[in-house]
Amino acid sequence: MSKPISYAVSHATRVPPPMAMLAELTHRCPLACPYCSNPIELTRAEEELSTGEWIGVFEQAAKLGVLHLHLSGGEPAARRDLVELTKAAASFGLYTNLITSGVGLTEARIAGLSDAGLDHVQLSLQGVSREGADRISGYRGGYDRKMAVASWVTAAGIPLTVNAVCHRQNMDQIDDMIDLAIGLKARRIEIATVQFHGWAERNKAALLPTRPQVERATNTVAEARRKYEGTIEIDYVPADYHSSYPKACMGGWGRVGLNVTPSGRVLPCHAAETIPSLSFENVRDGSLARIWYESDAFNSYRGDAWMPELCRSCERKNVDFGGCRCRAMALAGDASATDPVCVRSPLRDGLTEDTDRLLALSSADLVFRGR
Amino acid sequence: MTEAPAISRSSVVKLARGVRLRKDAVRGQLVLLAPERAMALDETAVRIVQALDGERTLYRIADDFAAEFEAPAEEIANDITIFIQQLAARRMLDFAE
Repeated sequence: MSKPISYAVSHATRVPPPMAMLAELTHRCPLACPYCSNPIELTRAEEELSTGEWIGVFEQAAKLGVLHLHLSGGEPAARRDLVELTKAAASFGLYTNLITSGVGLTEARIAGLSDAGLDHVQLSLQGVSREGADRISGYRGGYDRKMAVASWVTAAGIPLTVNAVCHRQNMDQIDDMIDLAIGLKARRIEIATVQFHGWAERNKAALLPTRPQVERATNTVAEARRKYEGTIEIDYVPADYHSSYPKACMGGWGRVGLNVTPSGRVLPCHAAETIPSLSFENVRDGSLARIWYESDAFNSYRGDAWMPELCRSCERKNVDFGGCRCRAMALAGDASATDPVCVRSPLRDGLTEDTDRLLALSSADLVFRGR
Repeated sequence: MTEAPAISRSSVVKLARGVRLRKDAVRGQLVLLAPERAMALDETAVRIVQALDGERTLYRIADDFAAEFEAPAEEIANDITIFIQQLAARRMLDFAE
């Protein structure tokens, strides 16, 4: 009777309209998470798209076929026009999802967002205790603020998802994260293992989970899903480096979603700017539809023509679409290379050895963003 | 309305806030939107979702469909319950007491 919307890839030349757009409203953020996924070079406030420009982008996105709009950052609450932007997005029929640390939200502002038609809130949690969470976020008082924000959101009736990034230092607390999320009346929890892009790459040694941790986490999640079915939905993103095959990164390059940076550049994924051979077009200069369907950056890794023979002849190309181009760039020095996570990659053994070397370090210091 | 996991034919449910049925003009279909999820519904599923008024029990809805489509209420109630269970497992519904 129902099916998740997906598209056959047999017609590689036929590009489907995008389902989702991530609007990085700003790079400004009061937190200093050591695994920040934003680029090393942040966009300055004066370069950000104006209120009117963002609203124009939302309208284009809705016409293009986008269903879900993720309002993100940085910290989107740092935008003074957040309620106005949400209201405009909702008026175009977009499903609006606010991805926030909670810092900068007040009870009154949440009421404003609720009235504006905000559909859903994703609230990040950096830990299950005040001390642990505030240490990772580098923001004193952040944990208490998040607890308050969760209660305001659910009291307003807005569905809440808790986003918990897990890594070596908190991977053994997944049970507690789920309990905390249930206590906060979240309907969903996303437990995502840190991905090593942007700032996170610098802290790999301190954040990479161990194999036993990953095995325990997998079991914990499976058990919790059975136990809490109907109470909370649990999404789990396992660790890439300990997998045999890559995930379908972004659901495939230029297949499902797009990102717009604070200054209006349109990217196939939030880390795409780490690929130096690509240049990205700006919504200030061209329409979203043209960029999606016709720009070189979006067409570069669609279909299978770009793939090395190893991937093009592999049946998994219809499952993972070649995995992650940014990781291929980072680890193989070539964005067209087979994703080094894949067991069939010639670089996989080297990646395992490098991972083992990092795991053997007894301790590593965290470098906090902006501190 | 409160949330509860168990679905039976006497359940009374409606779509939770943050879950809505919308026309998707670009793809020419009706979609059920929820957090991080978009489901394309066929005609039957759309009718069921539209019938979730938070007042009728699932069995009553099946009974009404049975009269309308001249099909056995028992079968329809089974189909509805299975579909509704999927939505409930994803926290997409609110339950009446």
